[in-house]
Order: sequence, then C-alpha cells, then structure tokens
Amino acid sequence: MELIYEKSVPGRRGFRLGRNDVPSRAELPEQYLRREAAELPEVSELDAVRHFTALSQRNFSVDTNFYPLGSCTMKYNPKFLEEVARLEGFAALHPLLPQLRHGGMFTQGVLQVLYETGRMLCEITGMDEFTMQPLAGAHGELTGAMLIAAYHRNRGKHKTKVIIPDSAHGTNPASAGIAGYKVVPVASNEQGVMDVDALKEALDEEVAAVMLTCPNTLGLFNPHIKEIADLVHEVDGLMYYDGANLNAIMGRVRPGDLGFDVVHLNLHKTFATPHGGGGPGAGPVGVKQSLAPFLPTSVVVKRTDGTYSLEYDRPDSIGYIAPLYGNFGVIVKAYAYILACGGDGLKEVSDNAVLNANYVLSRLRQHYPPAYERRCMHEFVLSGQPLKERGISALDIAKGLIDRGFHPPTVYFPQIVKEALMIEPTESESKETLDAFVDAMIELARLAVADPDALHNAPTRTPVGRLDEVRAARQADVCYQGSGGKDR
Amino acid sequence: MIPKDCRYTKDHEWIRPEGDTAVTGITEHAAEQMGDLTFVEMPQVGNELKAGDTAGCVESVKAVSDVYAPASGEVIEVNGTLADDPGRLNADPYGEGWLWKMRLSDPEELEDLMDADAYEAYLAAEEG
Amino acid sequence: MSYVSNTDEQRREMLAAIGVESIDDLFADIPEELRSGPLNLPPGRSEMHVMRLMHELSERNAAHLVSFLGAGFYDHYIPAAVDALLRRGEFYTPYTPYQPEASQGTLQAIYEYQTAICRLTGLDAANASLYDGGTALYEAAMMALRVTGRNKILLDSGVNPIYRNMLHCYTSNLHIDFVEVPAVHGQTQREVVGEYLDEETAAIVVQNPNFFGAIDDHSDVVEMAHSVGALAVMSTYPISLGLLKSPGEIGVDIATGEGQSLGLPLSFGGPYLGYMACRKDLIRQMPGRIVGATQDAAGRRGFVLTLQTREQHIRREKATSNICTNESLCALAAVVYLTVVGKHGLREVARTCADKAEYARRRIEAIPGVSVKRDAPTFNEFAVELPADAAEVAGAMTEKGFAAGFPLGRYYPGMERYLLVAVTERRTKEEIGRFSEAMEGVLWN
Repeated sequence: MELIYEKSVPGRRGFRLGRNDVPSRAELPEQYLRREAAELPEVSELDAVRHFTALSQRNFSVDTNFYPLGSCTMKYNPKFLEEVARLEGFAALHPLLPQLRHGGMFTQGVLQVLYETGRMLCEITGMDEFTMQPLAGAHGELTGAMLIAAYHRNRGKHKTKVIIPDSAHGTNPASAGIAGYKVVPVASNEQGVMDVDALKEALDEEVAAVMLTCPNTLGLFNPHIKEIADLVHEVDGLMYYDGANLNAIMGRVRPGDLGFDVVHLNLHKTFATPHGGGGPGAGPVGVKQSLAPFLPTSVVVKRTDGTYSLEYDRPDSIGYIAPLYGNFGVIVKAYAYILACGGDGLKEVSDNAVLNANYVLSRLRQHYPPAYERRCMHEFVLSGQPLKERGISALDIAKGLIDRGFHPPTVYFPQIVKEALMIEPTESESKETLDAFVDAMIELARLAVADPDALHNAPTRTPVGRLDEVRAARQADVCYQGSGGKDR
Repeated sequence: MIPKDCRYTKDHEWIRPEGDTAVTGITEHAAEQMGDLTFVEMPQVGNELKAGDTAGCVESVKAVSDVYAPASGEVIEVNGTLADDPGRLNADPYGEGWLWKMRLSDPEELEDLMDADAYEAYLAAEEG
Repeated sequence: MSYVSNTDEQRREMLAAIGVESIDDLFADIPEELRSGPLNLPPGRSEMHVMRLMHELSERNAAHLVSFLGAGFYDHYIPAAVDALLRRGEFYTPYTPYQPEASQGTLQAIYEYQTAICRLTGLDAANASLYDGGTALYEAAMMALRVTGRNKILLDSGVNPIYRNMLHCYTSNLHIDFVEVPAVHGQTQREVVGEYLDEETAAIVVQNPNFFGAIDDHSDVVEMAHSVGALAVMSTYPISLGLLKSPGEIGVDIATGEGQSLGLPLSFGGPYLGYMACRKDLIRQMPGRIVGATQDAAGRRGFVLTLQTREQHIRREKATSNICTNESLCALAAVVYLTVVGKHGLREVARTCADKAEYARRRIEAIPGVSVKRDAPTFNEFAVELPADAAEVAGAMTEKGFAAGFPLGRYYPGMERYLLVAVTERRTKEEIGRFSEAMEGVLWN
C-alpha cells in the first residue's frame, strides 16, 4: 500500500482556517524563517480518511481478534471509557490552570478524579499512598527504583544492588540499571518460582530491593512470598511489586499484605484502558507510608473542607518525573472502569481471568508441554520444544495462528523456557472463542508433523508475508526519502 | 575449520599475528550465535587498547554483543567494507570479515590465549 | 459491570473440564493467611450510572475560560477527522506491533509519522515517540553524554522550567555537571555560552522559541558547540516549525519537542507526545522504538520495528533506555493532523498564530502601565510586564472568563510582574479585544 507521501498531489489541500480576522501582520525577519515549507502531505480530507481507514484494516486488534498476549492483559476496552475521556470538562482543560491564583477551584473535578483513583488503587493493592504521575509501566518502575534509592539515601545506607528473578521482564533490569543499581539475577526453582535458598545466598546488606511480580511471568504464585519479604526486610531491603500481573489476584490477595513496599500498576493492562498500538499508558506507583515523603511532586491532597488541592512543598520528594499530573486522559478511563466494576466486579474479573486461563491450559496440555506441571493463574507458558525437534518453532506456530485469525500469544518470553508460548486469555473472552483458539492450536500441532512447510511459509493471508528484519536493520530506512506524489 | 594460525579468547575473538602487527576478528561460532549481522561497530584508528578492553560491538536482529580486544596495542587499520556489508563477516569470519589490525605492544600476551586445538576443545565443552 | 462474557453454565462446563469443583479451588496455591477479604470499594454500577457521575465531575472544571494560557501546552484547533480516525478500534485496541504481518496499519502509520517529524525538523531519523517533551529532552541529553563520552551539559534557562526540573530529577544519581546559562528572556547569551563551553561539554541544550516566546537563530551557538566537539540539542514547538527555520537547517544534532499541539487535546496534562529526531549517524544511539521499511520474500514493501537490540527487552540492563509502552496512538494523532492540515495548512496555522499574537500584543501594549518587551522577535507567545503582581491579575481575569496567561514569577524569581500570554489560531479578533478591555479593567478599576 502506498505511503501518504506517494499519494500527495502538489497544491492539493483539505484543511483551511478561513479568513484571518485580525488586521495585523507579524513581521518576522528572514533569518529566522525556514526557506521551504516542510514537505508534509498534500492531500484532500477524503484522501486522508481513505488512507488511514485502509491502514486500520491491516491491523489485528482486540476489537477484531482474540489477542492472548501473555503479560499484556489484552482485555476488552469498554467503549464508554472513550466517551468519558472526551467529556469537554476533561479534554479541554489546560494543565497549568491550577498555577493561577485560585486556579485549584477551577479544576476540582479533575483533582477529585486523581485523588480518588489513588485511594481506590490503595484499597485494591493494600498500599498507603499512590502517585498517578508515571506515564507507563516502565516509567513506574523507574520511579519506583528512584523512590527506593531516595529512601536508602535518606537513611544513610550504602545500597548498590537490586535482585530480580531470571524470568523477569526486560524493563525491570533496565529500570534498575538506569536508577544506578547493579542488577543481580536469581534463579527460579523447579516449581517455576524464585528459589528461596538461591535468594538467601544473593541477599546481603548491599541489596536495596528485590523486584518481583506475583504471580510471576510464568503465571505462577510463589507460596513463599511472605518468607521472601521477611528475608529482604531483614537486610533492610525493600520489596518491589511489578503489577503487570495484577489481573490474577484482585479481590483475593493484595501485594501490600504480602510485604511489598513499592508497587507499580499498568492501567492499560489491568484497568482496561486501551493499548493504543503501543501507548499511551499509565503506570501509577503505590508505596507504604515510610516511602510517602519521597513521592514525586506534586501530590493531590484533600483538605478538611472537602476540596482538593496540589501540594508542592515536599522537601524530600524525588522531584518531577513527569511534566504534570500523569496521563490524565488514561487515568480517568481507569477510574470509570473501577467505578463500573466495583469491588465485587474486580474480583469477578480476576476469577474469570484465572478460570479462562486454566481452561485453555487443560485443553492444550496434551498437545504442548506446559513449562511447569502446575495450576496456573491468569496466564501460562507452554513450550514448543517438541515441535522444534521436527523443525517447527514457536515463531512458526505464531505465524500459523495469524492465518487462522488469531493474534499469537507472546513468544520467546520468558527466556528461561525454550520455544516459549505465553498465553493470557483474559476474563473478557467467551468459552466459544477459547475453544476456537484451542482447536486452532491443536490443528497447528498436527500440521507441524503432517506438513511443516505449510507453517514455514505462514502467514499467507495477510497483506505481507514474513518480513526481512535483517534488511530492515541494515538499511535503517526510517524516513521516506522519496519526493513523493503524483505529477512530479 | 578452525584456523591453525590464530589464537583465540574465551569470548570468541580470534587474533592472527603477522610479525609485530596482528589482525583480529570474531570466530565462526560467535557469528553463528549472533545470526545475520546488521551492524558492526569498530574502534578508531589510533586507539590504544589493552587486552580485555571493550573495543567495539556486533549487532544482529536478536542481540548486541561487545567485542573485546584480544591483545594490547594500537589500532592501525579497520575493515571499512563491513560498514556497507556486515554480512561479509558471517560469510567469511576469518578472512574478509576481519575487524581491525593492530600494532602489538606486547606480542607475548598471545601465549596466554588458546590455540586452535584448545579453542576447539573449549567449544566442545561449552556445548556439553 | 465486569465485562465478562461467560455465563454460569459455561463456567460450570469449564470447571468440569479442568477437573475442579469451584473457582476457589483454582486459587488453592495461595496460603490462607495471605488472602485478603473483599475489597472495600462501592459495588459495581451500570454504564449509565457511571456516565452520570463522570458528567458531574467533568462539569466541576472550568473548561470554558477563553484561553491565552500556553507555557508549553497550547489550545489549537483539532480537525474532526483526527478523532474520527483515532476512534477506529483497529487503531486504538491493538498492542505494540511485535507481529508485523498483523500490524502493518500501525507500523506504516508510524513510519509516516517518523517521516513527518524528520521533514518538520529537517533531520534524518526520528523515533516512534517518547512520553512527552520533557522526557524526550532528558533522553536527548543522555544520548549526547553517551555519544561524546563527556560529562557536562550547558542548559539555557530559557528552556521550559518544568523540563529542566525533570532533567535534574532523572539525573540526580548520575553526577553530571549541569551549567545553567541564565535567561534574560531574550535570546541565548552567547558570551556566557562561550565562557563555559569546553572540551568537557557533551552538549548545549536550548529551546526555540524559548519559554518566554522569543525566537533566536542558533546557528552561531551550534557552531561554537561543534568547534569543541559538543552536540547541539534543541527543544522545539512543532506548530512554529510551520514558519521558523528548522533545527536541521540550523545545524542542530538532536531535536526534541512536545507534540501535544499536533492534534492532541490538552486533557489536563496528558497523554502527550515526545518527539525526537537526529542526524543519520546518531540513529543507533536514539532511544525508543523505531519503525523501518523492508520487504517480504515476494518483494512487497512492509514495515517492522527495527534496531530493537538497543531496547529494554533485549539489551536489558545495557539498554539505551527502559522505555517500553510509549505514546503510539498520540503519534498517530500527530501524523493524521499533519496529513489533514498538510504542507500548506500548517504554514497557514503558524502564520495565523503569529499574526493574531501581533494583534494581541498591540492591543495589550495600548493599556496604560503595561509594556511588552521587544528585544527579540516572538512567534505566538510573549511576556507582558504589568504594573501589578501577574498572579493576582491572572486570578482576577479568571473571574472575567479568561485564562489570561502564565505568571512567570512562579519559576523565575524577580519576574513576579510578568505574564506570559499565548495566542493561537482559535482566538478571534473579538476575543482578543474583550481580553484587553478586561485586563485594563482589572488593572485600573
């Protein structure tokens, strides 16, 4: 399909502002002006609408396909959340209004949303305070790592290391590294969870924190989690919870009750705000009271008269990790989702997420060996290793699923399982959809033996087949160089 | 398969002495592990390297791997052809895919590296 | 309302297939003593009920003030086509395009976005988005430190103070030598730059137009930086690039900015859009995702995420950044906006902003006791010196229905009587007139 630049026609335009009603003209000296207008598209509005509509039709999405990406929680994004974010009182509000004298009184609605979302997340996770500022999960992790560093520095402790499990998501070590810590991986045991003895060996006075997700990336709950928390606290370390897998435990377990001191959540996963093809998200961070003084500036507070305001006088705060208050347009959707679900609904969400995952696992386990022979939670990992021995990789399975109208599960993660296929159905999906997916997976396992070449060439029903990634990295063509359009 | 005239490091670099200069590169094993290379980063001519220093890196779609200096000395030439065609290293890791040439400051360092037989045994042990 | 599809009957069938009695059995791994009780939250509500609550909350905000408030975030007109396209579920409900064959829509759109940013900034390579203009500027500074191997950054105080706060916050553990070049709200002070620029400097960081709205031609500053082997980093305002000389033309190495003006609503602080573009040879040092063009086996053009080995999920602790989810849908909004508005439309928007700002300046200057500095040209924002405290004046103006501007004393000590006023294409002659009259009334009645 052509690029919009290739469809441009010199002189064509759609948008016009209309007559400029002011009599003045700004006289800007030549030396400050660009010689040529930027070569942006020259198309009509109809051209633009057809182009982007056609592009949208080349995507798989939750709205069109089952999307069992493990660790991503691709649940249904309720449409009314889109309406909520677009309400004019939210969408048109300038973020610096509170900076004007009495400006806080003009923004009571949004401040209430930010405050109450924080309180509700505290209740859901068992934490004491939340900051809504982090703009994505990884941003939340970085904020968490910085809070941990501030906490230790404040107590005069020399801490240099962060421990993570070998099954961790890449953002964990990347975030810890950026915060200045050395990352120490600890192995998982045969039950697929962090090995307590291995942890004991790695723990010493220099450990600032242990970063965990629970259930972990394999969808497994570590029954020793409280013991781990106690061990870490004994060396004056902190427990960090990566909230990516919160969808498994809402209404049943709270990280704050397990001994976690810092938590980040992914609103675009657990709380149904859309993924957007790669963002925007929001990664709010919750802490226990001992870390509250270090939270980023500003903080929304509720005054005794019931009004809300922003507090800037926070001498121990780590400062500004985001320009303003967080991705409000995302946060307000999560707020509405939590109101719609209620406490009972959130528990139903987790119950059904875990049920759906176990159902799919029970039907698939004879065809693809699970990484661990255990009950899973909201997601599970299968190994495609036996098929690999016949020349079919996890990637081939993924491509075969695309031809059958399913978005593939996560592949090759976590790195500790060979030919990993990580499946997270979510609570949104019906039994019929799950059965159709299982049937497709079984058919692929059969095809792997009967006709492997069919899978090596998959997908064949998409606009393009497998793409040459080596060529992409070698030529590094990231910006269209053509002079574009028709009639040139 | 593994050239006899080279010495080898534990990180899969090779070095071929030529009098008081030497040519370096990464081994076929390393190249295979990386897959098709997309980019090669090299030290600059004139750089003084110590054995074990990070001298550059090789990049594929799967990974980026640092390349360490097998010996100490001054970089006197780099293989410019790899900029346009990093695949040349995959095709001929011990020949056309050489990385840089250096003037050795201490040729005796090479004695501490593995010879072809020792490297072969090392690879067999790694696989096992 | 929990949006669960299955019925009780279906759940029973599934439990039977798994071989357990109840859902509770599936949670048996969790020790009894770790379980929490029911969540202390109100029970769930219907969509209708929640919408009513949200309407009420939205009405408790003053979204109807006529806005002359900018300071980095602007009230531009967003053509209806932008949101209409963004609301397509195929665009806003997928995940990051890691399976390229199933994501050519997003991937091609982002490639087109990268191309638009390159053409706007006059540079060679752009990434697929960062969180906002502040984190983009921080990432650019980090890039300069990595590329040069040096430890010192010259930071012009005309750079948005919120961004400077973020830069200090993120780097507080890193022992970087920051030298702030004091701002006198006009242009960058060359003598001060010359005094501090040396072989230890990784980069000089400037903003154009700067926070006070002043335009500069930084070509000489860029040359000074390059002469000592330092990089030039510039934070930009994308609408202004419809008229102003591009960073590429000036010789800047890395350009960043806030893309909110490109089709994103103000939305009380986010989601926004950080963009970054750089010279071709710096591309491997650029953080964030990047989309590249390639082919499939049949020779068809397609797009993939590329240069991923620098990113968190592969390089892990040696990654260029930890960024994962970015602002992809916001980047889509930007490319749709730039496409719909187009080459000529963007120029028109920029010209209109500048002309309306000029009209506003004349009307305001005519108010007794008020002066507008003219020591540097401005684009659509300018600092007004008032005979009274700017924050008080702005407070009084809100009662007259105006968000009058940003009181500069908030971030610049000594400037308590200065108000930063922004004018976009949305402001009419009539609004500007009423604004000046209201201000005169506030000052002199």
